Amino acid sequence: MTTETTKEIPEAAAVPPPGAAPAKKVSQGHRRLLTRRDRLTLGLMAGLPTILHIALVWVTALASVALAFTTWDGIGFDSIKWVGLENFKELFSNNPQFWPAVQHNVIWFVVLIVIPTPLGLFLAVQLDKRIRFSRVYQTAFFLPVVMSMAVIGFVWQLIYNPDTGLINSVIGANEPGKYIDWIGDPDLNLWAILVAASWRHTGYMMILYLAGLKGVDPSLREASALDGAGEWQTFKNVIFPTLRPTNTVVLVVTIIEALRAFDLVFVFNKGAQGTELLSILVTNNIIGESSRIGYGSAIAVVLLLISLVVIIPYLVATFRKERRA
Amino acid sequence: MSITATTKARTPLRPARILLHLFLAGAALAWLAPLLWAIYAALRPYSETSEKGYVSWPDTLNFDNFTNAFTQSDMSHYFVNTMIIAVPAVLLTLFLSSMVAFYVSRFDFRLNLALLLVFTAGNLLPQQVIITPLYRLYLLIDLPGITMSGKLYDSALGLVLIHVAFQSGFCAFVLSNYMRTLPHELTEAALVDGASVWRQYWQIVLPLCRPAMAALATLLSIWIYNDFFWALVLISTGENMPVTSALNNLSGAYFTDPNLVAAGALLTAIPTLIVYFVLQRQFVSGLTLGANKG
Repeated sequence: MTTETTKEIPEAAAVPPPGAAPAKKVSQGHRRLLTRRDRLTLGLMAGLPTILHIALVWVTALASVALAFTTWDGIGFDSIKWVGLENFKELFSNNPQFWPAVQHNVIWFVVLIVIPTPLGLFLAVQLDKRIRFSRVYQTAFFLPVVMSMAVIGFVWQLIYNPDTGLINSVIGANEPGKYIDWIGDPDLNLWAILVAASWRHTGYMMILYLAGLKGVDPSLREASALDGAGEWQTFKNVIFPTLRPTNTVVLVVTIIEALRAFDLVFVFNKGAQGTELLSILVTNNIIGESSRIGYGSAIAVVLLLISLVVIIPYLVATFRKERRA
Repeated sequence: MSITATTKARTPLRPARILLHLFLAGAALAWLAPLLWAIYAALRPYSETSEKGYVSWPDTLNFDNFTNAFTQSDMSHYFVNTMIIAVPAVLLTLFLSSMVAFYVSRFDFRLNLALLLVFTAGNLLPQQVIITPLYRLYLLIDLPGITMSGKLYDSALGLVLIHVAFQSGFCAFVLSNYMRTLPHELTEAALVDGASVWRQYWQIVLPLCRPAMAALATLLSIWIYNDFFWALVLISTGENMPVTSALNNLSGAYFTDPNLVAAGALLTAIPTLIVYFVLQRQFVSGLTLGANKG
């Protein structure tokens, strides 16, 4: 249904205006040459997608903010009650899952940036050496990135399952009394999941860095080699500094991934003790047994604020650079 | 290792190169190991693994688990559900975002930067930030006769819309960067000839964007196929789930037979793997098109 209706409008406006005035003069601002019909077309072309995007993404994000100051059971609008900061107060001081969740999101980010990111960079540097079979290696490392987090969750359960999993079978911990519960033990499960997340993140980072390395001017490398710099020195002093734009992207992507982490944990153990995340807490307030809309929104607001602190400076910097270019 | 930098590249069979190959081959194998292990488990009958343990030599290897997972859980039905959601979502996302990109990159109206900023920022938000009001909104919107559920909630249409709204940010950003590299003379000449704005977009700019569109289409197909979260919250009837989210129910129903669950999970991964192997170049360039610009 959507395809037809949205297509209809621009196409109707798209019929070439009969006897469109032959243009007089090309000026840099195209505007002067536009007929009224053209302006309408342009308005629709930009307007329709914008309305859809703003309605479903930004209006809902703002609604999250508004609802965070209320309580609502979801039945009729009359039951919406303004409670001020009550939800946040309860969240910060009275919710045993909130601070662990924040901590786990932070750990998620730190682990991703400290282990798979440098590993991905290392692999990219190796694969960038005009090496034979480079494609084959790349395919192997990148394969997990293509698969859904849900599938990855199931694949790694075959490794972590206490009874039947690979690890416990190999080390003989799959008998009663010797169990190592990689999925249930709150001291272990987050780390077990992070291994799977890192497995995927490495390939992603590798591809981003490979693209960045392709953009490095080869003469830089040659000049450095002529100066007698070793491989490590060349990398440290010449290559890495030129990768700055890539590093920014990598940092932002990694933070966003850490904030978005959800599927893997949900498939693993539904975010039980030890693996709480902000995203899981929000979702539990919708599909869980209790539907506490205002309270769930308060958690979403925390998530939103952290995201915007990252997103806004990044985008402002990006677009400022583009404008200059 | 310093030899590598000073001697010429492409000279084969130096010790450092051999070492590097050994390392990379070992690492690549280690990377594939979890998948290979899943395949191995899925190929073995449950009765055998429960008797001999999982770390053992196989007596029988067959595709029974795959066929059982496919037929018992009616997987073809869920694949169809996914197609009903993914195909319109990909096409519509490309269509809408290319229009925005065209506007933003070709006409220096005052709003264009702000517009692109709104789109891109929206795409970077975690889904959970908007899910609570979105869920309520979908429950509120009545569409009797249009969707099976009579609401936007629990319908393929609802999923298509949120995919389009969410993903068009990234695509608009990538496409506007791409369109900006096309020479301005192209559309200026057309404008002088009296071509309407729509024709400039549809007949001149869009055909030139084919490489970027192909890359984005590949990327979007895989992302939307792999989506788990939207369907988990916005679909209530198990029957209406796309295949990735339906996997969760499958595992609930067959959790006693890990081999069967492994087979089911691998089956869901197959379409993405095929797309990836056939269109690897598209996928990778799509992913880096957006990132490279940072």
